[in-house]
Amino acid sequence: MAASFKGMKINPKSFHRSQIKFYAILLPMALFVALPIIFIMFHAFKPTNELFAFPPRFFVRNPTFANFRNLGRLAAEGGIPFSRFLFNSLLVTGIGVFLSIMVTSTAAYGLSKLKFKGKKLLFEINTLALMFVPIAVVIPRYLTVARLGLIDNFLALILPLIAIPVGLFLVKQFIDQTPNEIIESAKIDGASEMQVFLKIVFPVILPAIATVGILSFQLLWNDISGSLLFINDDSMRTLAFYFSTLAAIQGNPIAGQGMMAAASLIMFVPNIVIFIFLQSKVMNTMAHSGIK
Amino acid sequence: MIRKMNHPAWFLMPYISLFLVFIIIPVVIAIFLSFTYFNTIETPEFVGMRNYIELLTRDEVFMQYVLPNTIQFAFIVGPIGYMMSFLLAWMLAQIPHRPRTFLAIILYSPSMTAGIAMGVVWTVLFSGNATGYLNAWLLNFGLIQEPIQFLTSPQYLMNIMILVSLWGSMGVGFLAMLAGILNIDQSLYEAAYVDGLKNRWQEIFYITIPSMKPQMLFGAVMAVVGTFQVGAIGVQLSGANPTPQYAGQLMVNHIEDFGFIRFLMGYASAVSVVLLIMIYSISKITFSLLGEKA
Repeated sequence: MAASFKGMKINPKSFHRSQIKFYAILLPMALFVALPIIFIMFHAFKPTNELFAFPPRFFVRNPTFANFRNLGRLAAEGGIPFSRFLFNSLLVTGIGVFLSIMVTSTAAYGLSKLKFKGKKLLFEINTLALMFVPIAVVIPRYLTVARLGLIDNFLALILPLIAIPVGLFLVKQFIDQTPNEIIESAKIDGASEMQVFLKIVFPVILPAIATVGILSFQLLWNDISGSLLFINDDSMRTLAFYFSTLAAIQGNPIAGQGMMAAASLIMFVPNIVIFIFLQSKVMNTMAHSGIK
Repeated sequence: MIRKMNHPAWFLMPYISLFLVFIIIPVVIAIFLSFTYFNTIETPEFVGMRNYIELLTRDEVFMQYVLPNTIQFAFIVGPIGYMMSFLLAWMLAQIPHRPRTFLAIILYSPSMTAGIAMGVVWTVLFSGNATGYLNAWLLNFGLIQEPIQFLTSPQYLMNIMILVSLWGSMGVGFLAMLAGILNIDQSLYEAAYVDGLKNRWQEIFYITIPSMKPQMLFGAVMAVVGTFQVGAIGVQLSGANPTPQYAGQLMVNHIEDFGFIRFLMGYASAVSVVLLIMIYSISKITFSLLGEKA
């Protein structure tokens, strides 16, 4: 009888022959998805003669850091050292992720556990905002940033990306699951709402916080449009922006291939490393996600 | 000071202000601008419905290329990407924790870079001369005589865009669905098999999907939004806006073309508003298809 409970095979503890059919589909899919990324890794370390070899070769034979050095040299020739772009990106991303986490999680706590007028409406508007694609608001966003006098200010790179509707949505759903008892007992001891949030709720919702952190990191670290639209001073622009100009600087996209592969790798590695470290927390948050 | 923070405003104000200033107000401005003629230098001039009327009756590029392209792209990438996300997540749930985590990270990784940062892969893979991998391979096997201009010829560009977008479609929605499947109460399956469930397809449709409806809906919204957002990829691949013979021109490219190349911001705003309405309606339709009251 038990054998017919096929659903019991979900989340198995160990390998079983019946899983082979799933591996047979999953492994080729994963390989297909991973190939372009593996390609970038090899390509970034290829010397010039291998980049233009015919027939083209997938694997690198004599790995070199030349492409990475060229990236730095090209930046220096443009008058701005590579380290400056990197510093800008780290600064913007660091401050942005911190602010985003604080702003989003406090708001999520408010929406989940506090009582006030218009709470339901606010959450509905936020859910609606999940559907606003950034490109549709690029023009008015530029006008708003200009009106606020933030052109050529680091804040223009940070502030527009702090409020993330998806982030608020996920954290709010997560906080909904935390029991009210622990909050009530802390309040009896005389703690304020903010104390309750910082000391009791925050540690419990760390998985959701990690998820917002990742989403926010991806937004800020990969963002090009902020540097492009709100910043005129080259020395205040970010790494992602500098990399996006490589094709144009080179004039010929083929000639800069090695450098562009190196640039893609530099952009990609932090994303994947952070995700690998935090993936279990992300999965934990996603279990509570969903539109109810 | 923290000891006195009790009012909801302490919690909500920072988010609400940023949300208003950078998300809601821009949308309201976009709606307002869509009824004006605005060239970024002079003050916007009110023109009523003219932009919308022109978009629907005079803009041949929009009607002939952009709209059909967008619909074709969205109706292939959206549903296929969504189903692929669900099926892959479901299959991942059938294998043990370690290999599952490993494969899930790989499948999710393209969406982290939004596909665009990886542009160089596609330009090299589909490069129009013999050093492009696909061309070299086809030449090598004698399948073609001359290299094909994959990225600049209209007949291939759209298909490559679809392929690249599907490659990056396992995003946040995919993770949510995976977590959703893993968290379904096992006793539900037991009970269902006692009640006469026959096979795994029935299991998926009668137990799995209904039990994780919140994640399915979240995944659907993410799929719809993601699909309409990745349009920049055509410009990235072909290296030109407009794309060759408008073959890969989507709504987002049309907005950029009019907004930032021709500086017709009022008109571009009208296109933006139409895009938002499309995303909203398609999300609603998807919701009702998934059996949720819209």
